[in-house]
Amino acid sequence: MTQFQLEIQLIAAVAAVSCALPGVFLVLRRMALMSDAISHSILLGIVLAFFVVENLASPLLILGAAATGVLTVWLVELTHRTRLVREDAAIGLVFPALFSVGVVLIARHAGSVHLDVDAVLLGELAFAPFNRLTIAGHDAGPQALWVMGAVLIANLTFLGLFYKELELTTFDAALAASLGISPALVHYGFMTLVSITAVGAFDAVGSVLVIALMIAPPAAAYLVTERLTAMITVSALFGLLSAILGYWMAHVMDASIAGSMATMAGIVFLVVWLLAPGRGIVALARRHARQRLEFAERMLVIHLMHHENSPDAAEENRLGHLQRHLRWDPEFAARIVRVAERRELLECDPRGELVLTERGRDLARLTMVS
Amino acid sequence: MVSLGSAALGVVSGGLGAFAVLRKQSLLGDAISHAALPGIALAFMLTGSKHPLVLVLGAAAAGWIGTLLVIAITRSTYLKEDTALGLVLSVFFGAGLVLLTFIQHRPDAAQAGLDRYLFGQAATQLRRDVAIIAGLGLVAYAVTFLFWKEFKLLSFDREFGASVGMSMRFVDVVLTTVLVIAVVVGLQTVGVVLMAAMIVAPAAAARQWTNRLGVMVALSAGFGALAGVAGSVLSATGAKLPTGPMIVLCLTAIALFSLLLAPARGLVWSFVRHKRSQRVLRVETTLLDLYAMAQQHDDPAHAHSSGALRALGRGNVSGTLGRLEDRGLARQAPGDRWALTEAGREEALRLIGEHGASRHEAEEDA
Repeated sequence: MTQFQLEIQLIAAVAAVSCALPGVFLVLRRMALMSDAISHSILLGIVLAFFVVENLASPLLILGAAATGVLTVWLVELTHRTRLVREDAAIGLVFPALFSVGVVLIARHAGSVHLDVDAVLLGELAFAPFNRLTIAGHDAGPQALWVMGAVLIANLTFLGLFYKELELTTFDAALAASLGISPALVHYGFMTLVSITAVGAFDAVGSVLVIALMIAPPAAAYLVTERLTAMITVSALFGLLSAILGYWMAHVMDASIAGSMATMAGIVFLVVWLLAPGRGIVALARRHARQRLEFAERMLVIHLMHHENSPDAAEENRLGHLQRHLRWDPEFAARIVRVAERRELLECDPRGELVLTERGRDLARLTMVS
Repeated sequence: MVSLGSAALGVVSGGLGAFAVLRKQSLLGDAISHAALPGIALAFMLTGSKHPLVLVLGAAAAGWIGTLLVIAITRSTYLKEDTALGLVLSVFFGAGLVLLTFIQHRPDAAQAGLDRYLFGQAATQLRRDVAIIAGLGLVAYAVTFLFWKEFKLLSFDREFGASVGMSMRFVDVVLTTVLVIAVVVGLQTVGVVLMAAMIVAPAAAARQWTNRLGVMVALSAGFGALAGVAGSVLSATGAKLPTGPMIVLCLTAIALFSLLLAPARGLVWSFVRHKRSQRVLRVETTLLDLYAMAQQHDDPAHAHSSGALRALGRGNVSGTLGRLEDRGLARQAPGDRWALTEAGREEALRLIGEHGASRHEAEEDA
């Protein structure tokens, strides 16, 4: 691994963790799509701030652009509050408008702005190590690493300082308000953080990857755990995993690093969605199948007990009859009988009649009583 | 040619977007357009053709799969729709990016031009492209007219539709397909990012003008077409104004205008209505205040200082008194003192009668 490769992965990893932290709360607060809106409309902020400071990595530019993110949130709420459109439509109205203004500005001043819409949207991580920060003549590593590191520290600090407030306003806004915590203040503070993270990451990884890294790892983590602290940790780990795997996928395919990381984040989610213990699709399907089997078994023993010792027992209590009476197809009926036999709930006597064992009778009684 | 294409696009995405907005699925359009990107790349990789119809079909397939995934995720987990949308949107887009860059880095240069689907390029629209927009749009509209009643039920009262024996899930799939078509036809013109506005803005604007679905769809299509033409013309003035963003800005202007000025729902009118009813209320209460003061005085015609009214805190007292004077209900005595006229006393008694009667009824109801 060359030094550049190491640096790229380092930047990617820091960016992934920085995005995953606020992402957890975005997902829990049902505001995942705000990351979509913010990450697009900060283009306008970046352009405007660039006119002023003319340096893409200046902290001033990041703060100025982050202000557009907060402006987006405020505009969406303003539009939504008129009660003329719903919140989803409000988001869909606001961010394309701001993004369009940004694109038009770039097109008009293409000569003086060294900004590329492609770069903002898609990011080009591969070039990040070339832009180096020099302090007093010494090479201090890639600029993007410093920027993302600062963003990560800002995230950790905010989370550390306001963890309780965030948790409370997320899960019980009314209680938070009654305890004197202003949900609105926490909301805007948090949205400022999201905006800063998005702006910080755009240079390195592009705004679409910001959305992927903010939503996919927390969504996957939510399927694994319900505890907030665990969810934050797992999200960060999933983000890290997506970043590293994504880098190597891009390396192998010779394709966009940001795109690969987003794809990997999606694959991580997919795997978790399928295999998460207890909640994944596979676990759900297995539980469903087991319940179906259990239910059929109980139906069977009840049916057998109902008819045993009656004149029609010989006719009712045989495999062939179950198809008609319980409307099971032959295969399913045979399977249930086999399972029940193995569990010693019934026996098959030589004439083909199904006879309950004492255990089977117990199960039938238990089922009917409970 | 370009304005014709943009107008056709506006009609298709605007009119059909109305259903998405009504069903609170405004951002599904955004998700579909992002999710379409890998479809475009895959269609090119599999067929080697850059014919727009092939690419649009690839886009539609991917957009459709993305939508199904959103539905599957929200059904099988407790993740909410916003998370599912954001997830599909960003991951599919990322995958599309991987495929596009993968294609670009291949030695043959046949792939040039695929990336215009990212941001759209209306300026290069050909007769063929317009024909595709119009053709697919016609199909989508034909389906919409065939399923009009079903779509209406799905949008407003899904449970009722299910209770009369319609398969709402099937209708849902059909409507989603129509929406997918409405989205993918626009990708080439306005690009992946701005397609959301083409779906949401015309419908959100149209919603302010009417409460009828048919009118809303027609208006929405009209707004879409208007913005399409206006945006293309503005961008053709040659001042380095890209078409897609200009169309979106025109749409935003239309939506803003509608939100502010549409009759009945417009913000300006409801502000005016609010002010007017505040004024009526102020005039009536001041009239009653004057009456109450007169009651407590030996001489009913005795004039009272406006300061006393101000002390009651009724807002703009002198304006209100002036209005009472204009209507002949109050008269001014020297020294900014006011008394009710005979007509004013009658009006006050009438108001008290009304309030008294209504209070009486309310008590009886209780």
